[in-house]
Parts: sequence; structure tokens; C-alpha cells
Amino acid sequence: MRVTRSRAAALAVAAIMLSGGCGGGSSPAGGGKAANEFSVALTEPDHLTPGNTSSSYSLTVLDALFDTPVAIDPASGTPLMRAAESVTSTDQKVWTIKFKPGRTFGNGEPVTAQSFADAWNATAYGPNAWTNNYYFDKIEGYDELNPESGEPTTDKLSGLEVVDDTTLKVTLTAPFSQFPITLAWIAFAPMPKAAFADLKAYDQAPIGNGPFVLDGAWEHDKQIKVKRSPSYTGDRPAKADAVTFKIYASRDTAYTDLRAGRVDLQLTIPPASAPEAKKLLGDRYVATAGGTMDYLGLPVFDKRFASADLRKAISMAIDRQAIVDAVYNGTFKPMASLLAPLVPGYRENACGEACAYDPAKAKALYDRAGGFTGTLNLWFSNADPSYEQWMTAVANQLKQNLGVADVKFRKVPASDYLSTLRAHKQDGPYRNNWVMDYPSPQNYLESMWGEGNRMGWENKEFLDLIGQANSAPTFDDSIPLYQKAEDIALAEMPMIPLWNWQDQIGYSTRLSGVNVTPYSANLDAVSVTQG
Amino acid sequence: MRYAAQRLVQAVPVFFATTFLIYAMVFALPGDPILALAGDKPVPEQVLAVMRARYHLDEPLLVQYGHYMLGVFRGDLGETFTGQPVSELLQDRWGVTARLALTAWVFELAVGVGLGVLAGLRRGGAADTAVLAGTTFVIAVPVFVVGYTAQIVLGLNLGLFPTAGTDEGWPGSYLLPGMVLGSFGLAYVARLTRTSLVENLRADYVRTATAKGLARRRVVGLHALRNSLIPVVTYLGVDFGNLMAGAVVTEGIFNLPGIGQQVFQSIQLQEGPVVVGVVTLLVMIFILANLAVDLLYGVLDPRIRRARA
Repeated sequence: MRVTRSRAAALAVAAIMLSGGCGGGSSPAGGGKAANEFSVALTEPDHLTPGNTSSSYSLTVLDALFDTPVAIDPASGTPLMRAAESVTSTDQKVWTIKFKPGRTFGNGEPVTAQSFADAWNATAYGPNAWTNNYYFDKIEGYDELNPESGEPTTDKLSGLEVVDDTTLKVTLTAPFSQFPITLAWIAFAPMPKAAFADLKAYDQAPIGNGPFVLDGAWEHDKQIKVKRSPSYTGDRPAKADAVTFKIYASRDTAYTDLRAGRVDLQLTIPPASAPEAKKLLGDRYVATAGGTMDYLGLPVFDKRFASADLRKAISMAIDRQAIVDAVYNGTFKPMASLLAPLVPGYRENACGEACAYDPAKAKALYDRAGGFTGTLNLWFSNADPSYEQWMTAVANQLKQNLGVADVKFRKVPASDYLSTLRAHKQDGPYRNNWVMDYPSPQNYLESMWGEGNRMGWENKEFLDLIGQANSAPTFDDSIPLYQKAEDIALAEMPMIPLWNWQDQIGYSTRLSGVNVTPYSANLDAVSVTQG
Repeated sequence: MRYAAQRLVQAVPVFFATTFLIYAMVFALPGDPILALAGDKPVPEQVLAVMRARYHLDEPLLVQYGHYMLGVFRGDLGETFTGQPVSELLQDRWGVTARLALTAWVFELAVGVGLGVLAGLRRGGAADTAVLAGTTFVIAVPVFVVGYTAQIVLGLNLGLFPTAGTDEGWPGSYLLPGMVLGSFGLAYVARLTRTSLVENLRADYVRTATAKGLARRRVVGLHALRNSLIPVVTYLGVDFGNLMAGAVVTEGIFNLPGIGQQVFQSIQLQEGPVVVGVVTLLVMIFILANLAVDLLYGVLDPRIRRARA
């Protein structure tokens, strides 16, 4: 009796354990790090096909796996040749790209002009539905690959011509002086023939032309391992033997692991931990100004926001420094420019008085513009709690400094936020964020203030200047024209610049040569102190 | 056995109802998941259309659900927006959550019942007061506070446990998160055991057993405790499912790539197939855990077993 009973109990417990599937799964030994390798904290990337991701986490990995035609000089923000030898044009419309000869992919396949053309065609091909599709819209033939309706009749951009193994001729639809700098974007990386046999498999195990190659499968939400490429002959050979990207769901946890010495490099220390990290890590804490900006967009299509004076009054009533100090521990930088500081053509005080906190002048301007009637709705998404924090501060400042009586919050689910803005449903100031693609004023100005913008702002002079700048004979000639356009956007103030994000980087005592720039983590340059 | 089979058959309509309900709920979430994927960047209409068609997002709810169920019967659970098959994803993550929940559950069971017996036997004593005060505290403090505090103090400062991740495998990597996850249930188990034991110790059959001259150890261990455990077993059974589902926060803090973390991310991304897959799985676990509880009743209380036969 007793025996059967306890056996029954044991069975029942075993059933529960089995239903819990306690068996199976590997548990790597962990701990023991081989001498010349290090780990980087990362958030799970979405894709690893260069044409199909704009996630900064994917970029960190892809930057180690791929050499794009050009790289960006972090000091000047201008292009440096990488996979390309030269990018030239006489009319800014037809560009000739010469690639460096004798380079190979990680699988031994040679890198040719065709490898670039193949990758670009695949990315621009509408039915592939890759994220970076729109980066190719300036190349001739883009419209044929992305028809308004129906299937495209071709899968090749007519503007791409492979002249020989090392020469690619690119014809744009219009002159575009910024073209060389756009080639630093990951979508312009080459793909080997092997990729096109199975694009899905390639997304899981990309083969690139960079200093590192993938080592084993991408273990989702756990890790991605890369090792030094045996066949790499480019300009930035890796110093370390291998790098492990450890994937974290939360930056806070990653930071705790950095403190515990369980991960060597973190590229995104949470702002809340910045003061502590500064104390704890000393020189091993580095803050760099990135290209990401926050703005307060105004719905100019709503006639209550039609007055530029009113819009400027709102800008002058916001104490940017106080908000940055309170919400972001002073790690972000208040902005008086539409461009981030690292962009060529950035002027520290392009905005002048209109972006300086001055409650008295703001109130005077506000009254002169006739004030504001009705409810002032502030729009933002719930993607991060800090958005609500700074919007609350903005609300209080508008109440106190301008006397706006009725301010309400419109917190929108993150997945719905951009469709709201696209549909012009926002009837009040809204959070607008921009992550830079390449350091050109054009990337900011044309993308956010250009045709079909979210503010519903239209200014012909502005558009003309952008057009002139795009077709300027050289990059340097384009800058003053973009600056003039920026002046107009600031004078009209359809969107108010707020602050520039900073990336907070921290690393362990094992590493040296860490040189993280806004464009690259430069993992190839990192050496590991052994022993 | 027939009883067990009967219960399993009952699970079939539950399966259909839950999958449909979950699917409808994800469907009802506002916003366009494809547009949200692109972040702040512009997306050409053509790309949007292709993506919507790929995930059947351009079709009405019933058609979408039909596509999904057809796939399920062909053994295809669909894929995430990043193109990863859901079945593969569940396979990868399933073991992590199961190990975590089981660690928490064993901790809850062993320590909870132990503390409950200790408190119940010395009712009103120092141990009893300590257990009552301690469990009240644990129930009152939110799990993320317990989690972060344990991680910083025990993991980082004292170095007793790894701070995060699954590098050390089981049990090393799962002990601390398991204890954090199990702490809430532990408090309940301890209180339930205590109350139930205190009541049973005053019951007639215990007095009879004592009067017969049985040793105290036997009276408590064999007679009083076994009866006292019936409510505890019920709770533990249901709680196993809760632990699986409630691992969201703990998995986040300790960076364990389990299904809790996944379902949280997927709800944000409105990935219907993933949410339905995971939640259906959780429902199945609830059903199985409850079945196990019912079978255990029979072991603990012969009257229930005979009534069924």
C-alpha cells in the first residue's frame, strides 16, 4: 500500500516535471574565456542581411562582418575609401565607383563590382520588402522595381552598370552631391553569389567581406559569435581572434554584467546609470555625441499652429537644459540647430534667440501671435518612459511660461505612433526622433522638412535650396546651400530642435584600443590584454 | 487512466477557444505592426503591401485565423516578422523557461512547506511570527524590486551567483532567478501550509491519534501534514502555470531568453502567430498541471480516489 502510494506520487511529480520539459537543451560550460577574445553587449538584431536592417544593433554586428564602399571619417564627417578605391563624378548624376581589386568574401568568393550590383538590386527590388529599399530611390530604375501596383517587370536597376570587375557605373535620376557619403550606409555593402541561393539562410548566417566572419549559428536572444576572417586583406584587419556579441533584453542588465566583469564592452549604458558609470569606470567610460536628435514637431496643417511667432514662442518657452538634466542626467545636449553636431555644416547656434530659453520674450511673442485656444494635446509614444517624463516637463513649462490653460497628453502605443503621424492625426506638438543614416545635412533636412513632411509645412524656397544643394558640384559647395535651407526651417520653425543624444560606452580593464565612433564600433581595432 | 484521457479530451475545445480569443485580441490591438517595424524611416507602399500580404495582415480576422490554423495542422506555427519560424523559437526558449519555473517551483515547495510546518507547529512562537512577518514582506514587495536587489547584492556585490544570462547552465544560472521568481509563491505556500496545519492539529483524528499513543512525529508527519497539504498542492499545481507565465519580469532582469521574454516582445510587435503559439502552450501547461494536481489528490486523500473509481 505504502509503496504504491509513493510510487504514484513519484509518477505524478515526474509527469509535472516532464510537462515542464526539464530535460534537453545544452548548457555550455561558460566562464573560461580564451585569451584573445572579448564580448560585446548587444540587443537582439532584427536581420543580418545588410539590405534589410536599419537597427543599430544589427549595424554593430554587420560593421564587423562587412566593408562598405566608403567609411566615414569621424573627425570631419567626410567619406574615406574602404572597399572602394574612388567614387567620382563630373556632373553629380553619373558616378563611377572603382573598387579595390583582389578582395574576397569570408567564403573565398572574390568581391567584384557585380557583388555590389547584386546586393543593391536585391535591396531595391520591391517584392523582397527589405527595410533599406528606399535608400536606392535616387538611382535610375528604382520606380520600375517598385511600381505603384502590380509586380515589377524587372529585378535590376537600370542605373547600375557593371563596367568590369572593379568598376561600377551608377546613374542617378537627378544630380546628388551627397552620393559618396551615402555609400557608407550598410545597405551598400556587397553580397556574394552564395547568398542568392537561399536568402533566408543568408539572413541567419551572412557572409561578408569584412574583418570578421560568423563563427557558428546566430543563437537568437543569446549570442552571435564572430572570429577573425582568414581571407581578409582589407584596411582594418582584426586585432582580436574572436568577438562574442552577448544578447541582452535590457540595457540595465547588460550594465550590471559589465560591472560584474561578465561582458567586456557596452555601447549603450542607460542614461540613468551614467553618473555611476563615470565614477566607477573612469577613463573606461566614454560619452560621444551621436547623430540622433529629438524634436518637437508642430502640426502646421492645423490652423491654430499656422503662426510662426506662436511656434517660436513654444520653442522659447522650453527650458531644454533643465529637462535634459532632470530626465537624462545631463547626458544629452540641448540643441540650437536642426543638425547634430557631427554633421558637416553644423552651426552651434544656427537657431539663435528662437531656441534660447526666455520665458518673458516667449510670452510676449505668444501674446502677439494671438495665443492659443482650445486643448493643447502633446503626442508621444509609450516606447520609453522618458518620453512621458520630458513631455510632462514641456507641458508644465508651456503652462507656466505661456499661460496655456488646458494641456493634455496623448500617449500612443509605439506600434501605432508612426501611423498616427503619417495620417496627420496629431493635433498638437509631438515627439519626433531622427536617427541619422549618414552625416549629411540633406539626410536631416530633406527627410524631415522635405516634401510630404509630417508637419504639413510647405516652403518652396526651402525645397529649391535643397534641390540646388543636392546638385551642387562638390560636397563643400553644397554645405552653404543646406545652411540657407536650415535657416528658413528655423525662421519658420515648423519643428523645434530639442536635444542631441549621447551614446555612453563602457568597457572592462581587459580591453585597449576601444574607439567607438558614431559610425562604427571599430571592433577590429580593439586589443585584449592577455593573461 | 480513463480519467486522465477524459481530461485531455476536454482540452481540445479549450485549445480552439484560446487560440481564437488570443488571435482576436492581438488582431484588435491598434496600429500597423509592419509600419512600426520600420521605425522612423519611410517605407515605400510596395514594401508595405508585400509585407502585409506575406503575413495575411490585409485580410479579415477569420481568414487570418484560418490561415494560421491550417498552418498549425500542417505542423507550421507561422513565423515572426523577422522571418524566424515560431516552432524553432519555441524550441529554443522553452527549455529556459521550464528550467526557471521548475527551479522556482522546487524552491517554493521545499522551503515554503518547510517554513509553513515550522510556523504551524510553533503557533504564536518566535518562528511563527518571523515567518508571518517575512512572508508579508515578500508578498508586499514587487518582484522587480526583489529581482534587482538580489541581482545587485547577491550577484554583483557578493558574487555568490552569476548576475545574468545562461552561460553557467542549470542549475548555476537558474538558482538566483528561480528564487526570485519563487519567492512570491513561497510566501503563499508557507502561509497556506501553516494555516491548514494549525487547523488540522486541532481536528478530532489528530487528538485520537495522539490518544492512541502515536509518536508526535508520526501524528504530524503522516496524518496532519498529509491532509494539510491538499490546499497547498492545489496552489502549487496552479502556480506552476503561473510561474511559466509570470517569468516575464524575472527573465527580463536576469536576461534569460525564455518564452516570457518572447511573449512580451511579441505583444509589443503585434506578432500574432508568436503570441498565440506561446499562450496556447501556456494554456496546455495549465491543463496538464491541473490534471497532475487532481491525480495527486487521490494520493493524498484515499476518499477522493475511491469516489472516482
